[in-house]
Amino acid sequence: MIIARVVGNVVATQKDVTHEGQKILLIQPLDLNGDESGDTLLALDGVDAGPGDRVLVVQEGWSAASAVDRTMAPIDAAVVGVVDQVETA
Amino acid sequence: MYLGKVIGRVVSSAKNEALEGRKLLLVRRTGDGRTVVAVDAVGAGAGETVYVCRGREASFPFSPAPVPTDATIVAIVDNINDYR
Repeated sequence: MIIARVVGNVVATQKDVTHEGQKILLIQPLDLNGDESGDTLLALDGVDAGPGDRVLVVQEGWSAASAVDRTMAPIDAAVVGVVDQVETA
Repeated sequence: MYLGKVIGRVVSSAKNEALEGRKLLLVRRTGDGRTVVAVDAVGAGAGETVYVCRGREASFPFSPAPVPTDATIVAIVDNINDYR
C-alpha cells in the first residue's frame, strides 16, 4: 500500500459498468516527509474519503475491487483507509 | 488507474485471436508523458481524456473473452477537479 493525499476527483459519464456509483478520487502519492512524490493516480473510494485527506491506497487488483465490493472488475487501485498519524522509529 | 489522452491508434493485422475487433489506442499518460497502447472498452476516440486500468484486471471488461491486455481504457473523463 502507499500513502497518498486526496487532491480531487474525476467525473466520467461513459465508463465501465463496475465503476458506476463509485467515487473516483485523484490521489497524489506522498513521501515520508509528506511531500508530493510522483504522478497523480486514480483510485476508487472504499472509505468515503474527502479532499485533503491523507489516505492508504492498495494498488493490487483483487484487493482494490473487493474494497469497493466488486469482483472481476477493471479496478487496480482503491482507497482503503484514512491515515490519522504515521510514526517513524 | 491513471489519466491520459488518446493521441492515436495502432493497426495490427496479425494478432492474438482475442484481440480481433478490439480497438488499440495510443494513450499519452498525464504526468510523465509516456505513451502506452491500451485496448478500448468504452468507445473512446482521438483527443479524449480517459482513464486506464492496468494489470490483470485490464482484461475483465471483456470477460469471458480472454483478451490479452495489461492496459484498458475503462472510462471517458468529462471533468477533472484538482483542488490544489
